[in-house]
Amino acid sequence: MKLRELAHARTGDKGDVSNISVITYQPGDYAWLLQHVTADRVQAHFAAFVRGPVRRYELPGLGALNFVLEGALGGGVTRSLALDQHGKSLSSSLLDMEIPDRA
Amino acid sequence: MRTLRIGSGAGYSGDRIEPALELAEHGALDYLVFECLAERTIALAQQQRQRDPEAGYDPLLTERMTTVLRACAERKIRVITNMGAANPVAAARQTARIARELGLTGLRIAAVTGDDVTDRLHSVDLPLIEREGRVADIAERMISANAYLGAGPIIDALRGGADVVITGRVGDPAMFTAPLVHEFGWAMDDWTRLGRGTLVGHLLECAGQITGGYFADPGYKDVPDLARLGFPLAEVTEDGHAVITKVAGSGGQVSIATCKEQILYEVHDPARYIQPDVVADFTGATLQQIGPDRVAISGGAGTPRTPTLKVSVGYHDSFIGEGQMSYAGPGALARARLALDIVEQRLKLTNVATTELRFELIGADSVRRGPTLPVNAEPEEVRIRVVGRTATMREAVRIGNEVETLYTNGPAGGGGALKSAREILAVASTLIPREWITPHIAYEVA
Repeated sequence: MKLRELAHARTGDKGDVSNISVITYQPGDYAWLLQHVTADRVQAHFAAFVRGPVRRYELPGLGALNFVLEGALGGGVTRSLALDQHGKSLSSSLLDMEIPDRA
Repeated sequence: MRTLRIGSGAGYSGDRIEPALELAEHGALDYLVFECLAERTIALAQQQRQRDPEAGYDPLLTERMTTVLRACAERKIRVITNMGAANPVAAARQTARIARELGLTGLRIAAVTGDDVTDRLHSVDLPLIEREGRVADIAERMISANAYLGAGPIIDALRGGADVVITGRVGDPAMFTAPLVHEFGWAMDDWTRLGRGTLVGHLLECAGQITGGYFADPGYKDVPDLARLGFPLAEVTEDGHAVITKVAGSGGQVSIATCKEQILYEVHDPARYIQPDVVADFTGATLQQIGPDRVAISGGAGTPRTPTLKVSVGYHDSFIGEGQMSYAGPGALARARLALDIVEQRLKLTNVATTELRFELIGADSVRRGPTLPVNAEPEEVRIRVVGRTATMREAVRIGNEVETLYTNGPAGGGGALKSAREILAVASTLIPREWITPHIAYEVA
């Protein structure tokens, strides 16, 4: 299944660093995401352009994960060659990630 | 328990105008805050000020102030904004002029300055943060350097009787914590309350992003009436807990989900959200839907402020040249790829000097990069984009020109060529000792 079925997301930017929150619709799905949406998997999803490292912060109280992607914005929002300089659309792109079907 | 009502009238410099008036007229506000200063804006504003000493503040200041000042003055709503950009004093003078034109004589407007550290940064070398490099690498090309001030000078201006406080660079949440400190008498080392206030400010600072803007995803996250999106307000108690809501009847929605997305927006370590006055901790935050479009926030915390302040450095970085062209119908993808290949060869043949170059297909791989299209995909239309970084405007122009020549020299059916070449004023960040900063407040009276 797609990550989109279990979670929503929003991207933020600071310099050359992008952060993507991944927030469960249902708190009960948090453990599933914790297991299957790892920093390594997120880095692999964006392997074509994210230099990394990618760090993951866990927020069990909010049922959310926060991914911090270094070297993700083409050298920085204000100088990037990217069409989406802020990387705002990366959140939706991440929701395309395949995860195992929720048992 | 006494509560303070703070509204958010803008989430960025170009934001919609009329939601702030709706808040001022129907939000029963005590304060209305406008966050309008993006990272790069102050460098552009500094250049304008160098050409005209009375320029260098937000281009929409006149329209925003003309729209809301009367409604605010009549209801004793105090306004706080960073629309001063590179010239808060001129912004205050202009605001006083507008107030006089509206008949609001006696309105007291404060200008907060002291964030400009350009001269200081020329003489020191510091590492950049959030990217590689050092200040010395860009010092010769520096346009502006502005430290993120805390709530202190805004609080002083409120104590000084300001009805409107106009700043340059300040930490965005500080514009919201300042009235809380001022009204509730919070101590500036009450890290828990400052952390909670920072959480409230962080939730409000992007305006519509917490009332259902930037959230809708049809079928998954539906939001009513986005064309009339209401901007948020917080009802904050003396202990720093808050209810986030909006004016009844406005569009959008305030839900636990909209609040969660905004809590983590532009946050790295959620236990250490570093601001000038406090290091806020959002990890213990709890949210509760207590009514329609009403979410109660509690559990924010904080730890002592850092010894440094963040500085945004604007500098001449490079030039970017770009060209785009569309292809449609059967074989569109193959013709677009041929077009990219031709432009790549042409840029080499004609010796266009670039330090970075991208060839991409809008609609296919411009966001995620890499091979994202299914094999044998036949999109109905596709648009090529060639973009490169150069050292001069002259070279940048040549990139778009080569794309445009596809009209008569490239594959069949290319249309809608667009080209651009622009100078890039980029922003880098560093940290300075907070002792370097001495804020100053000047008053204008309408």
